[in-house]
Amino acid sequence: MEKLVSKVFITKVDELPENLGKRVYVEDGNLELAVFKLANGDIRAIENRCPHKAGVLSEGMVSGEYVFCPMHDWKISVVDGKAQGPDVGCVKTFEVTVENGEVYVLFDGSGEASAPLECSHSLGNTIVAGKAGE
Amino acid sequence: MDKQKLVLIGNGMAGVRAVEEVLKLSPEKFDITVFGDEPYPNYNRIQLSKVLQGDTEIADITLNDWNWYEENGISLYIGESVTGIDTAQQMILTDKGRQVAYDKLIIATGSVPFMLPLPGADKEGVTAFRNIRDCEQMIKASQEYKKAIVIGGGLLGLEAARGLLNLGMTVDVVHLSDCLMERQLDKAAAKMLQKELESQGMNFLLEKQSAEITGEERVAGLKFADGEEVEADLVVMAVGIKPNAALAKDSGIEVNRGILVNDHLETNVPGVYAVGECVEHRGAVYGLVAPLYQQGQEMAKRICGTESAGYQGSVLSTQLKVSGVDVFSAGKIVEDAETKSVKVFDDWRGVYQKVLIDDGKITGAVLFGDTKDGNRLLSLINKSAPIEEYMDNAASLETGIDLVASMPNEEIICGCNGVTKGAIVDAINSQGLTTVEQVKGCTSASRSCGGCTSLVSDLVACTVGDAFEENQKESVCSCTTLSKDEVIEEIKAKGLSHTREVMNVLGWTSEGGCSKCRPALNYYLGMLNPTGYKDEKESRYVNERLRANIQKDGTYSVVPRMYGGVTNSKDLRKIADVADKYEVKLIKVTGGQRIDLFGVKKDDLPSIWAELDMPSGAAYSKGLRTVKTCVGADFCRFGTSDSIGLGTQLEKKFEGMNAPHKVKMSVSACPRNCAEGAVKDVGIIGLDGEFEIYVGGNAGTHMRQAELLAKVKTEQEVLETTAAFLQYYRETANYLDRTSVWVERMGIEHIKEVLADEQTFNELNKRMDENMSVVQDGWKEVLEDETMARDLYENVKIPVGAK
Repeated sequence: MEKLVSKVFITKVDELPENLGKRVYVEDGNLELAVFKLANGDIRAIENRCPHKAGVLSEGMVSGEYVFCPMHDWKISVVDGKAQGPDVGCVKTFEVTVENGEVYVLFDGSGEASAPLECSHSLGNTIVAGKAGE
Repeated sequence: MDKQKLVLIGNGMAGVRAVEEVLKLSPEKFDITVFGDEPYPNYNRIQLSKVLQGDTEIADITLNDWNWYEENGISLYIGESVTGIDTAQQMILTDKGRQVAYDKLIIATGSVPFMLPLPGADKEGVTAFRNIRDCEQMIKASQEYKKAIVIGGGLLGLEAARGLLNLGMTVDVVHLSDCLMERQLDKAAAKMLQKELESQGMNFLLEKQSAEITGEERVAGLKFADGEEVEADLVVMAVGIKPNAALAKDSGIEVNRGILVNDHLETNVPGVYAVGECVEHRGAVYGLVAPLYQQGQEMAKRICGTESAGYQGSVLSTQLKVSGVDVFSAGKIVEDAETKSVKVFDDWRGVYQKVLIDDGKITGAVLFGDTKDGNRLLSLINKSAPIEEYMDNAASLETGIDLVASMPNEEIICGCNGVTKGAIVDAINSQGLTTVEQVKGCTSASRSCGGCTSLVSDLVACTVGDAFEENQKESVCSCTTLSKDEVIEEIKAKGLSHTREVMNVLGWTSEGGCSKCRPALNYYLGMLNPTGYKDEKESRYVNERLRANIQKDGTYSVVPRMYGGVTNSKDLRKIADVADKYEVKLIKVTGGQRIDLFGVKKDDLPSIWAELDMPSGAAYSKGLRTVKTCVGADFCRFGTSDSIGLGTQLEKKFEGMNAPHKVKMSVSACPRNCAEGAVKDVGIIGLDGEFEIYVGGNAGTHMRQAELLAKVKTEQEVLETTAAFLQYYRETANYLDRTSVWVERMGIEHIKEVLADEQTFNELNKRMDENMSVVQDGWKEVLEDETMARDLYENVKIPVGAK
């Protein structure tokens, strides 16, 4: 299947501080990313919105491949976006490439890049199992 | 083999718990379908009173979230009621016209609140207290109206009334009997309870029979049978519950008060089971969670074909969840002709304890004021222990461990989450757990209200034996088994110099640590080597890292320093100008005598600080916050010293200091103590000719009155004693322990002794001076460091087309 993928320059690798998050706005204000440079050198991008109460994950503490939400300390994987037990939830993840020391994030046409399946359910207002109201 | 179909009617605590038990015993045997009429997943109804008090959200009391149903392959239909059961065809019908066949059916329809059939009971503003919708209605009413009446002085009514008080309403509690909670308490305890609740602001109208709810469309008042009338904007009926057995009855299942079941929770119809509040077992209907969980376990065994003796009934025990009131009762409450009792009544301390004895065996207990024996008594009642066992053990220190050792495996330790002793012991043995924290993480025991923490601790102690002692040293976090003291020893011995090194060398189990250990290590390293250690901003919580306080919407607040709470017109003008220029959303005077600017965007922070050109108030720090002062001898006709002057000196000496937790100080100029030194970490009171130094006070979560550390003659001595005290705190407290916790742990006498030694006193002062010598103003540091300003405060904007 052909997809329209756009590649957007974010910043230079050197200008990303290690183990800290960078807050990235898309100008229309509908999406915000948190971009992290991890201790192992990997760069990861996730939606900047904790599944719990929408905390700004970019300001969280980064440990290994996890970020701890600064609001209520949920532990979120920056690799697959999943909240760690006992909490349950998930944030969108975005693919990142580095070329010539420059960091790019890849968006597909819908802005719904590579979100794991679990993310299609938002807690609390969607019925996950069952088909009530059919 | 085809799976059997298991259908559950009722998506509440008892039913879902029973399904969990079935899944444990036979994970693959059934296709499970659940019907519930509330639009929520299974939640902890016991905690509704917390939702009512407004500080807890529904997500916080959810027991099984949506994912749980999905992960276990359960079809969940919510907002859909089951309207009929065709027991011949083994089929249920719903109000949406759905038909679902079953091999096994569990009815767990719970109970419905009993609504008094008073004239006017259908008016707006009349509600029960049973589910989330009721809570929401009460919270909404509290925002618009002032006066509430709760009908019913039982457990539920009192919790509702306490919640309404918290919501700011005036509350009358109407009760038919002359005693509160008469089914759980005897007269003496009921009267003590009434007195305590009256002091909390509840008003009681006892021996009152409600006759009519008055008003137009909305309730305006409540009229009693004796003709008296009281005003009300909200009437909450909490007079009791009745089993919700109508569906079963209409479907031809035998019902008395509740659905009749045998010891295996089977109804008279084959394949149909019932569990929970809708059930009547051996003539008893239960409304508390522990018995319902026991029923669920026994029922699951039968459904899965496991042999068991069945459910034998439960001894009821009750604990009232109202803050500041400790009430416990279990078993028999009131003496009859044959009963003997052991009573303790201490009116002075407000303690009442009564243990009832029939034929030498313990049959019941009522405790008020001091309920720590509650769990032990319940266990003794459950096994009909002779009274000697209680009396003899009363003085033994090991009773807790003896008690858990003697409990049967099926006994529920954590009522909130329905975790049995057996489940905890299994988890401890199979996963090698050695601490309460680990048990909490694996089994959820003690995760909800925490009331059973001491039992869990005893259980860990008696299960792992000697290993427990070793592990009771509190580890820094779950990434390591080392305690703070051990970590500090290792850092010193091996000369470790940054957090990553500590984690690697000391064998941390996680990569990169966690949000608990990283800030702690960063603090310990800095405390041990103030001049050499480079603070790791990435190991600090957001507020300390950004030197501003994050708010719920991701904006920040800014608090400039005002020494001793004193300001001037020039600073006020600057603050006003900055507030206008950056469109600050709220300007608020803080409890620490300064001004807080709210709603500031992160990228505006450095420029605001530059324009304010005032020192940082460090309102974000684990360290010195403010020194609150009274106006003192310059103006006050009572003041005997210059409290503002001394407060300013203290603030200048310790500003920017890092500590295990925040430090708040105050200076008052006379014993009236207007700066509230009794609840400060350090509170100075200036008297005529001397100063008193109080320490370890706290006005927050754990209220604690400060204790007198020293009386000294001069301001210089105040500064030095305070420095020695704070340095000793910095060196020996666990990270995140306030001085209140630390003083409690060390003992004030011990701290006095340490400071009494002149050499130690001087060395502590020297180390404090060394520590303070490298401190920089938090804001200035950012303004002078371009990389830091970029790394921490600059955001990236990308164009819309990017998506």
